[in-house]
Amino acid sequence: MIHSLFLINHSGDIFLEKHWKSVISRSVCDYFFEAREKAVDPENVPPVLQTPHHYLISIYRGKLFFLSVIQTEVAPLFVIEFLHRVADTIQDYFGECSEGIIKDNIVTVYELLEEMLDNGFPLATESNVLKEMIRPPTILRSVVNTLTGSSNVGDTLPTGQLSNVPWRRAGVKYTNNEAYFDVIEEIDAILDKSGTTVFAEIQGVIEACVRLTGMPDLTLSFMNPRLLDDVSFHPCVRFKRWESERVLSFIPPDGNFTLMNYHVSSQNLVAIPVYVKQSISFFETGPCGRLDITIGPKQTMGKTVENMMVTIHMPKAVLNANLTATQGTYTYDLTTKVLVWDIGKLNPQKLPNLRGSLSTQVGVPKPEDNPSLNIDLKIQQLAISGLKVSRLDMYGEKYKPFKGVKYLTKAGKFQVRT
Amino acid sequence: MSASSAFNDEKGGSSSVGEPEYGHDPASGGIFSSDYKRHDDLKEMLDSNKDSLKLEAMKRIVAMIARGKNASDLFPAVVKNVACKNIEVKKLVYVYLVRYAEEQQDLALLSISTFQRGLKDPNQLIRASALRVLSSIRVTIIVPIMMLAIKEAASDMSPYVRKTAAHAIPKLYSLDPEQKDQLIEVIEKLLADKTTLVAGSVVMAFEEVCPERIDLIHKNYRKLCNLLIDVEEWGQVVIINMLTRYARTQFLNPNINESLLEEGSGGDKTFYGSDEDEDEDEEEKEKNAEAPAMAKRKPYVMDPDHRLLLRNTKPLLQSRNAAVVMAVAQLYFHLAPKAEVGVIAKALVRLLRSHSEVQYVVLQNVATMTIKRRGMFEPYLKSFYIRSTDPTQIKVLKLEVLTNLANETNISTILREFQTYIKSMDKDFVAATIQAIGRCATNIGEVRDTCLNGLVQLLSNRDELVVAESVVVIKKLLQMQPEKHSDIIKHMAKLTDNIQVPMARASILWLIGEYCEHVPKIAPDVLRKMAKSFTNEEDIVKLQIINLAAKLYLTNSKQTKLLTQYVLNLAKYDQNYDIRDRARFIRQLIVPTEKSGALSKYAKKLFLALKPAPVLESPFKDRDHFQLGSLSHLLNAKAGGYQELPDWPEAAPDPSVRNVEVKDSVPEWTKCSSREKRKEKKVEKPFYSDSEGESGPTESADSESDSASGSESGSGSEESGSGSESVESEEGSESEEEEEDEEEKNKKKKKKELKKPVQESESEQSSEEEERKPERKSKQRKSDSESESDEEESESESSQSESEDSESEAEIKKKKKAAESKPPTKPVKKENKKEKKEMSLLDLDDFEPAPSPQVTPVNTFLSNSLVTDLEGLSLSDTVLSPATIAPSSALKNYELLHRITGEGLSVEYCFSRQPFSPDANMVAVQMQFTNNATSDTKNLHMEDVKLQSGMRVKEFPEIELLPAGETAAAVMGIDFCDSTQAANFQLCTHTKKFFVSIQPPVGELMRPIFLTENEFKKEQGQLMGMNEITEKLTLDAKCRNEHAIVQRVTTAANLSRVPCGSDKECSPPVPPPDHPIHRFAGRTVTSSSLVLVTVATKEEGAAQLTVNCEKMLIGTMLVKDILLALTQ
Repeated sequence: MIHSLFLINHSGDIFLEKHWKSVISRSVCDYFFEAREKAVDPENVPPVLQTPHHYLISIYRGKLFFLSVIQTEVAPLFVIEFLHRVADTIQDYFGECSEGIIKDNIVTVYELLEEMLDNGFPLATESNVLKEMIRPPTILRSVVNTLTGSSNVGDTLPTGQLSNVPWRRAGVKYTNNEAYFDVIEEIDAILDKSGTTVFAEIQGVIEACVRLTGMPDLTLSFMNPRLLDDVSFHPCVRFKRWESERVLSFIPPDGNFTLMNYHVSSQNLVAIPVYVKQSISFFETGPCGRLDITIGPKQTMGKTVENMMVTIHMPKAVLNANLTATQGTYTYDLTTKVLVWDIGKLNPQKLPNLRGSLSTQVGVPKPEDNPSLNIDLKIQQLAISGLKVSRLDMYGEKYKPFKGVKYLTKAGKFQVRT
Repeated sequence: MSASSAFNDEKGGSSSVGEPEYGHDPASGGIFSSDYKRHDDLKEMLDSNKDSLKLEAMKRIVAMIARGKNASDLFPAVVKNVACKNIEVKKLVYVYLVRYAEEQQDLALLSISTFQRGLKDPNQLIRASALRVLSSIRVTIIVPIMMLAIKEAASDMSPYVRKTAAHAIPKLYSLDPEQKDQLIEVIEKLLADKTTLVAGSVVMAFEEVCPERIDLIHKNYRKLCNLLIDVEEWGQVVIINMLTRYARTQFLNPNINESLLEEGSGGDKTFYGSDEDEDEDEEEKEKNAEAPAMAKRKPYVMDPDHRLLLRNTKPLLQSRNAAVVMAVAQLYFHLAPKAEVGVIAKALVRLLRSHSEVQYVVLQNVATMTIKRRGMFEPYLKSFYIRSTDPTQIKVLKLEVLTNLANETNISTILREFQTYIKSMDKDFVAATIQAIGRCATNIGEVRDTCLNGLVQLLSNRDELVVAESVVVIKKLLQMQPEKHSDIIKHMAKLTDNIQVPMARASILWLIGEYCEHVPKIAPDVLRKMAKSFTNEEDIVKLQIINLAAKLYLTNSKQTKLLTQYVLNLAKYDQNYDIRDRARFIRQLIVPTEKSGALSKYAKKLFLALKPAPVLESPFKDRDHFQLGSLSHLLNAKAGGYQELPDWPEAAPDPSVRNVEVKDSVPEWTKCSSREKRKEKKVEKPFYSDSEGESGPTESADSESDSASGSESGSGSEESGSGSESVESEEGSESEEEEEDEEEKNKKKKKKELKKPVQESESEQSSEEEERKPERKSKQRKSDSESESDEEESESESSQSESEDSESEAEIKKKKKAAESKPPTKPVKKENKKEKKEMSLLDLDDFEPAPSPQVTPVNTFLSNSLVTDLEGLSLSDTVLSPATIAPSSALKNYELLHRITGEGLSVEYCFSRQPFSPDANMVAVQMQFTNNATSDTKNLHMEDVKLQSGMRVKEFPEIELLPAGETAAAVMGIDFCDSTQAANFQLCTHTKKFFVSIQPPVGELMRPIFLTENEFKKEQGQLMGMNEITEKLTLDAKCRNEHAIVQRVTTAANLSRVPCGSDKECSPPVPPPDHPIHRFAGRTVTSSSLVLVTVATKEEGAAQLTVNCEKMLIGTMLVKDILLALTQ
């Protein structure tokens, strides 16, 4: 299915290529570069391109393009999902997925790619299985490796492929048995000019970090599972038990993984933690405009709003901004026309305010469109939907694990229209 | 690159010192000077005998390959290392070979023998990787070798190797398409495979090699449906896509009644009556509610297999993998009854939160779906609202969806939303929004005026693109009903004073000209103004002015004759020849002169012909003739290798092709072993397919007769004459377990407070129960014992009936005795159950010699009736019957804790040879605790398990109370990792701790498997050389007959007898050969390595013992043990 893969950096250099069938010349990428040129933004490059003999399917992750070459009909999502899985795996192995990291570990990455696909069809994509075949580097091991000249390839053959729990390797051992769950919720919202909610919903994810010995069988239950409208699970979760009892029952993979994603529908009223009073106006006469933004807490459930940040993509005509912030700092990037106001903690007594003038280009008609405000925020120890984990039980092993649940609310795609 | 390296080769003695390739920038010019030297360097390293140097060299070479640099000149140096012992080096050499073998075919052939050797390796992973590399080096000469390897691997014992074989099929096919027929045979074989590991890969091979051979799927359809949920995610996508196509050819359109009644919904009572089970309650209720409504309708009966597919794919909508969700969505879209398609909307909307590439593909598909089934996505309208941060391509697609979703009720919200979009900074997006408004206006009559007014306001926008787009859209809208909109035309006429954008001005002039009859007063005035500014206008505007003048001249020549003349005169001297030409042409056409040709008569018709209104329709219309989710759909063009989605058949093809008859295709024993496997799976991997209810249909789908034999333990084996007794009993006990589970479940249901994972096996369940709710323990116990006694009853019944059949009085007595001698005490009961089972088998054991003489001529004195009866019991197969003894031979008890050291507590254990249900890789150890002390012992449990690495222990559930003088039993599981290392642990009571250890005899580290003689020989052939150990021995005097040998061997090791030669079965009264060869087979519990034992007898007690096992250590130890057993 997937014929070849090219990794291309921001400036258009191909720095890794892997072919699973016969070799395809890298000149095939020229079609991609053409499309890349045409789309001003890297985000706007069509993920699927048609060339006379091939199809190119690409993703853009971490300022890199993962470009795969396809020759025959295949579900595009299949390829896209796989490419993202490759990026995830690299991230999992090396902590980040960037050009430098890949170049530093080029042999390991190449071997990973070799294991992940066979003849263009995915073979092993579970990180637990891969890690048995090709060990991820650690600082200690890299020191040992340089001294002894050994590599990261596992010297024992893996058994994971053959076990019936493909996502968990056998014989896991820890001295400290612990299981942590992070319930992270993101508020996706669109507020209109007057502050009314056009659309709001909550997207949640439960990230787990499980380091338990043996083959534990975990059951995670919620106080209010009915809240969850739509869910998707890691393959380890037993779907039937969720259907019948609304509990998550699973044998966890070892290490970090995403247990489930969920969605709290817009039918439930979504609490919007902050309100924004804003006015951005440009004057017909004279090269200037005014900006005045005030932010205050709304429904925060008694918690403090942290890491407040406002990002505004200004119209092209805005040359510079001359503003004063009562709290935090602002920066205006002249080339990308992005105004960022980093507020920090939201103080309900003294509401942060940003005001001042914007200078626009002379001779250009005033910008008609008002830019929208993108809000970033964090609230610790709160799941804004009210979801609560009631308990975690472990079966199959004798020891008492250390358990922890953390809640966090973040702004997702939180946008205020002006 | 190759050219440059060749150049370097010639250049030879470049003087610069080769710097290490590692971390070297490929773009730098240094390559040219140092290339040759550096490669020399690498060759040296590869030739050294230090693994670390080789490894370093290989790493550098692979790094070169990864960067796309040519390393082909190193081929001879690298290929030498293919047989390198170091696994890391080996892996990298493989990587290199796969990349360059095609270019250097001759040299690549040198490596083939290594892979051929690898294919015979006892380790499945080495076999698999050898096959993988062998099939990946694209060298045409080795096609026959590949073919052979694939065929062999397709019948490998290891599913992983079979999976690799499936992967190799398309590789070989692309190398040599002429092998297709042979490959199809392999595919057919692999399609019948029952493991989830293989399913996805083989369907992928099927799709690449022979997608047209839909007939191969029939027999495997139900199995694929049932396995689907446990297949890995990538395989799921491929299987679902294939099944969509399959279903389109095999089932009727579920929406066939759509035209008759609005609600087209499938589902029918008859189906639910037949093979529905309790996990379908919800859906069933739904259906039942619908049933009366459907009664009147012309009956459409959904094929149960069609329903099976829909039902089994639905949970996959919850997959984390977007490709799987999309695959299910397209399946529902193409196959489900209209009323059921809605379920996919939610899942697709969820994908919109994913990466932008995923969004892009999903939105494309949603756009197509919304045209056909708008209602499905209406509740999620707001999820398609656009954010300013979305990439433009996503915005445009969302807009498309919003437009498709617009209807009378939501149009006002959508239009309000559109209004905000128009202010966006992204002008391409604004243009698309205007187009969208236009489409809403054409589709929904009520809002046409509003839209028009809105668009007219946009005409004053400063952005040329916006205005042009609006004018174009307005123009299209007005063309639909011009008479109503003379006001707007008037308004637009006024705009000509302000609007400067030429495109917009041109469009307005065209409009006025086209509809000049609706604005008779204004049109000439506009022309007048235009005539005045003609010279200053842009070219396109000038052309439209000429157009307008001509049209007015034709309709209203009185007022405009002079103006037209004036305009045409101006145009005649225009700088642009296009305009000059146009003016000349029009003058000839409209102004009647003596020379004017025939055309001028038709001038009016030419200019004022009714122009059809442009159709504003979605670019996604009719895209659904491509299978959704496919590349072809996305590109709206047929991609290479695309398989058309066939239309529904008029009449359904015969559904019985999907019925699977087991008898003729799979011999009984194979079925049993696969059953065994499946059972393991059921226990170990209860994900999704939890309840027995689910796995029930799996079995029935596999084979109707299979499930029948499962439920009626006795009769099943009668049906299948070839079934060996031990299998039968195993099967019987298995079905009992299932029944037990079922019973258990029912009880659970009654006791609502005991919410239990229904899918877990009983022992696990109860242990969990005890952990969680100790206070309920007694109750639970009770229920356990209840179900047990139930089971015992049924068991004794069946055994009774069996013995009645055989009319062997002695046996009946024994059996009855056994059944009666059940001690009533509770804890003993559990253990007694096992003992009893053993006893009954032992009885058979005693009984055994009877049938074996049956075949010997001496046996003729046996009454005929007895013989026939015995045949009825399927004991007629002499050779098979001794195998029955195998698992039943008396179990040796070992002492774990002596009464004295244990201060009253004594513990014995034995290896029960039962599969350990919570984990099939563990050996079940049955422990018997006896409290000889005067006081009660409490909280008996184990602690502080000390194991060798890799070993695991499943502890037995804590025994809370062991009263004085009582006995209790418990089962624990130990994964010995195929070693005879002892498992050390502490046995704790409430007061004391005892250090104990369990060391398994090597014979207990395996479990019996069934092989035919032929299979046995074949496997043995693969385990020669180091893996074979042969010993000569003299048999013990008492152990010279067949029965004794079999018994001793099976006592020493948990193996099963391999039935020999089928030729004997045909003619029963053949004397046994003088020196029979006895074969036994098993697999090690942890690694599933094959263990084959052969005892060949010779004259006067001489014999030869052969053990073949890929684990040499185990083989050696086993030889010792069996030797001991046979000679003593």
